[in-house]
Amino acid sequence: MNATEFNFLASLPSIAPEVGLTIMAMVVLFLDLYLPESQRRNIAYVAGAGLALLAITPLIPGWAPPADGNLLFWGGMVRHDVLSQIFKVMILLAGAITCFMSIDVKDIGRKGEFYLIIIISTLGACLLSAASDLIMVFLALETMTIPLYILATFKRDDSKSAESGMKYFLFGSFASAIMLFGLSLLYGFTGQTNLYLIAEYITSSQFIPNAIPVLGAMVLIVVGFGFKISAAPFHFWTPDVYEGAPTPVTAFVSVASKAASFALLVRFFIAVFPSALVIGDQHLQDFWVQLMAVLAVVSMVVGNVVALSQRNIKRLLAYSSIAQAGYTLIGVAAIQAQTLEGQTQAVASVGFYMFMYTFTNLLAFAVIILFTEATGSETIKDLAGLNRRSPWLALMLTIALLSLAGIPPAAGFFGKFFLFNAAVQANLTWLAIVGVLNSIVALYYYLVVIKVMYVDRSPDEDKPIPMSISYVWVLGVTALVVIVLGTVGAQPIFDWAMRSAGSLFS
Amino acid sequence: MIALWMYLLVAAALFCIGIYGVLSRRNAVSILMSIELMLNAVNINLVAFWRYLTPQNMGGQAFTAFVFVIAAAEAAVGLAIIISVYRNRKSVIVEDVNLLKW
Repeated sequence: MNATEFNFLASLPSIAPEVGLTIMAMVVLFLDLYLPESQRRNIAYVAGAGLALLAITPLIPGWAPPADGNLLFWGGMVRHDVLSQIFKVMILLAGAITCFMSIDVKDIGRKGEFYLIIIISTLGACLLSAASDLIMVFLALETMTIPLYILATFKRDDSKSAESGMKYFLFGSFASAIMLFGLSLLYGFTGQTNLYLIAEYITSSQFIPNAIPVLGAMVLIVVGFGFKISAAPFHFWTPDVYEGAPTPVTAFVSVASKAASFALLVRFFIAVFPSALVIGDQHLQDFWVQLMAVLAVVSMVVGNVVALSQRNIKRLLAYSSIAQAGYTLIGVAAIQAQTLEGQTQAVASVGFYMFMYTFTNLLAFAVIILFTEATGSETIKDLAGLNRRSPWLALMLTIALLSLAGIPPAAGFFGKFFLFNAAVQANLTWLAIVGVLNSIVALYYYLVVIKVMYVDRSPDEDKPIPMSISYVWVLGVTALVVIVLGTVGAQPIFDWAMRSAGSLFS
Repeated sequence: MIALWMYLLVAAALFCIGIYGVLSRRNAVSILMSIELMLNAVNINLVAFWRYLTPQNMGGQAFTAFVFVIAAAEAAVGLAIIISVYRNRKSVIVEDVNLLKW
């Protein structure tokens, strides 16, 4: 952050999607007031289409990050780089798809405030992926999370929904208070709130070289991040919230808040504790990378082993999401690579994995929404005969589960391939092997669901599952993206992720 | 003369009391109050660091103001959620709210 004079118009592209989201929030609120009951479905279309349109704004060439390398805007609050671009695109698309798949859900689909809260949460997530100041980090994190507490409780008369909201709220605000204490210590040690100035101050001669307090602050911050990305051992809220919250909310929580938190995670640790940073004779990077590797192993093992015994499909996907956070943390740990090329690849693999995970998980949850709306059941056993009831739905869920398991031609294969490749490049072969072994365990419980859908019989086989046109589009688009990312689309998206990773190190 | 470390000691003590409260209290409202204690510990930290170390840079003050705002928003949403749980279950004791497990 250098002291160039403030130029309002030049600063605007860095927060273009956020400005658009603020306007959209007001539009949706207005529609909610004035639309008659018969036309309230349109609120969802307006919100979804608006979010999808805003997903293009980060890609407009004229609004690309400036070439002069001065990427910090609004007094250093946000950094307008390719990493924030790629994550904003996936968060906005996740928001749009969530709106489209909430339309027919009982007690939710026709309520304007539901879409309003989704939009505000998306706003927070977008800011979070670009935040480059401790104040902005905290503010964006809470702007994203507080609406999610409300969304989890959205079905007020359903005691499961209320309970999941309360658990999410208590765990969430506890974790963010712990993280905030870490941030306040970091501010105290350096006197700076900008992420990029903190590292500068630590390397300067004014800093008294004592690593222990800084490591303490780092551990507190990791607790907060571990909660947001639902990594074990901070995962206790995940299964309860995923099961109790309304299913569209579960879909949104599992992709948008996770993707934004991973964007911030890599940005925060690369900016504040870069590889060159040495306090005394302690390389700070060694410490946090090991912390990430431990979190990765614990999350993968806990997620996959506990998922084996689940009977509820939403709970199964919750434990699967804990395991997926573990796989992604392998990529974060691989930032310890010696070469810049290896570090870039590690960050890029995290970006690519989150991109493919967003669409895969939304596809899986879209099928589950249709199924639970039609049958009222969430147990895996009741999926029996789905292939005969509705062959397309069964196929879509199969694609999603195969992608989560990492089987080609679905996108998950390349996602895992890039992660494990980055780990091997960074001399973390043992971590890649643990990841592969865990994928094999995970394959079992995904295949069990597929077997139930295709082999088991049920008495309801002659009742097809109704599907409105917006769900056809949601399923079609997400399934297409999952297949394209697993075949021809992998290379261009990974190149984009590589450029986004490169922008972190410049 | 009150030194910086005295403020930090108070903040750390308050933070630990907050953590203890969150982990040991059974009433959801008490847990919420304990979380507010932790946020206040952060505020003492921030203001003390700002006053003693970088009084020329307003970052710490601004941070404190935002922590206040977020804490208020969090309390508002949290109490609303707790009321909604109470309407469903007639209890705000966290051990009684146990529909979702394993």
